[in-house]
Amino acid sequence: MTIELIAGAIKAILMILAGLSLSLFLLYFERKGSALIQDRIGSNRATITGLGKRMGMPNLGIINTSIADPIKMFTKEDFIPAGADKFLHTLAPFLSLFPVMITFVVIPFGDTISIAGHRIGLEAANLNAGALYLLATIGLGVYGAALAGWSSNNRWALLGGIRATAQMISYELAMGLAIVSVIMTFGTLNLQEIVRGQGGVWFGFLPRWAIFTQPLAFLLLLVAGAAESKRIPFDLPESESELIQGYFIEYSGGKQAVFMLTDFAEQALVAMLLTTFFLGGWQIPWLMRDGFHLPGGAFLALPALAVSLMGVVAFLVKVVLLCMFLGMVRWTLPRFRYDQLMRLGWKGLVPLGLFNVLVTAFVVVATGRVQ
Amino acid sequence: MPPFLYIFLGALAVVSALGVIIQRNPIHSLLALIATLMTVAILFIGEDAVVVGFLQIIVYAGAIMVLFLFVIWLLNLQVETGPTGHLALKFFGSLAAALLATELFFILAPPHLQVKFTHEPVGYGSLASLAGKLFTDYLVAFEVTSVLLLAAVVGSVALARRLPGTDDPRAARKAAS
Amino acid sequence: MIPLTYMMSLSAVIFAIGVAGVIIRRNILVMFMSIELMLNAVNLAFIAIGSRLGSMDGQVIVFFVMTVAAAEAAVGLGIIISIFRNRETVHADDLTLMRW
Repeated sequence: MTIELIAGAIKAILMILAGLSLSLFLLYFERKGSALIQDRIGSNRATITGLGKRMGMPNLGIINTSIADPIKMFTKEDFIPAGADKFLHTLAPFLSLFPVMITFVVIPFGDTISIAGHRIGLEAANLNAGALYLLATIGLGVYGAALAGWSSNNRWALLGGIRATAQMISYELAMGLAIVSVIMTFGTLNLQEIVRGQGGVWFGFLPRWAIFTQPLAFLLLLVAGAAESKRIPFDLPESESELIQGYFIEYSGGKQAVFMLTDFAEQALVAMLLTTFFLGGWQIPWLMRDGFHLPGGAFLALPALAVSLMGVVAFLVKVVLLCMFLGMVRWTLPRFRYDQLMRLGWKGLVPLGLFNVLVTAFVVVATGRVQ
Repeated sequence: MPPFLYIFLGALAVVSALGVIIQRNPIHSLLALIATLMTVAILFIGEDAVVVGFLQIIVYAGAIMVLFLFVIWLLNLQVETGPTGHLALKFFGSLAAALLATELFFILAPPHLQVKFTHEPVGYGSLASLAGKLFTDYLVAFEVTSVLLLAAVVGSVALARRLPGTDDPRAARKAAS
Repeated sequence: MIPLTYMMSLSAVIFAIGVAGVIIRRNILVMFMSIELMLNAVNLAFIAIGSRLGSMDGQVIVFFVMTVAAAEAAVGLGIIISIFRNRETVHADDLTLMRW
């Protein structure tokens, strides 16, 4: 009992740290990756006493983005505008970060490992209603943006807050429908079991990932996830050119850093959700518990611990690749107009999602997978 | 859940429920209401009603309360001005509520209350058991509820939309003055 | 498991707070929120008794209460908006058109 509690605590902390470090990576990628795509140089100034330069290394901007930027942000004045609701103004950034952080704990990042005779599942919380927990926490993310916009006592901020709330509510529906069709495919709400259900192969070579059975749901979750995390092309709540900075216009210093962290953490969360639901989570194609079963009939035996650890690495690789993809979408597409956004959400994604659920239900009944 | 957690959550629920009716700013009232809903949802989960608890967070805290938030914004309600009810109203209102609480306490939870304690069947509170009940014993009620929701959607759209040709009465009044 | 008396008294107290809110507050929106409080108190009682009887019926009822509350909130807020549009107030004492 105690060892499970300790393991659970360690796993939860590890998962949240993973989310935070992914956010840090995304901060770096946001600066240097966008520069790469847009044919700029990007941040390359800050060094620690010119050490890297003296050793002849090119400046990759790592110190700029991961050390200098956070220090700059946290040492700025933390300003609360006149007439603002002080309590809510301070609460709002944390109200937006908290739901994202607690969502990380249900994501399974690996199979089980055995330590000292105990089998420990590699997910911080193995909830039977994991998918519902996920939808609940994502639904609570609305309040951070909404209250930040309202409590700042600024018209632009309020407009941004209203936009953020309406957008997140609308796209939550499409997101929920996409997740519902995956749940129906696997017949469980437990995320670890959904990932387990994606092990194995079809026709001897195609991995049983849900992206092959639910391609429409994958697209729905990708679009709705990008909208939920308020990324370009869905960044209307904070569009610089019309609302200046949207709902966190009146934030400075550490609180703004928390908002930016939320943005990146949400992006990482969307990548994790896509990986878990559609890309087989920690599953590696053709890798079973005992080793690789390659399509040609070749077999490569591996120890169980190595298989588990490879699963964790595979999960991280998938997540990072998806994060990079979301980033590339961000630097490629222009921003939607607000009516286009609403039309896409309500007239495009929601009917498609309902249709997908209906078709999935027919298939599930036709193949006789109902108890 | 351990008993102390029940006590803590219960206290939290009562304090935030009081916050709903004491706060003068509607947004603060709404936040207190959300806090109450969340604590009640956790109590549900503690009582093995896991799915209903999460549904409470998704539907109540995540959707209905956002509707309230929108309306508060739309009507631009700030701190309540003007009379908030007479002192006598407050006094007698609180008195009536206290009497009601006492009465409810003796009706709902008399000291000799004996509920035959049964062990919960396997899978109690899971989605499968909830859906099993919902689509067998309560099928008619379920379908009627879906019609009710449709009626509510149509009704609220009809209430909130401006009929073509009729201007905003406020704008008309401003133009007249 | 915590005694039923505790859950029942919690439910009673929250319900009474909701009633007090409807009586004391004159802002229609806050009155509406108090009604939601009362609904939640009732839900709590349903869940507590249901889990002690080992019956799912309590949870099904709570499910229906939530659905009806969603419908009620949509229509109720629509009414409040049209009241505000016509009379520019959400104060219950100002709505005296039908009084004589």
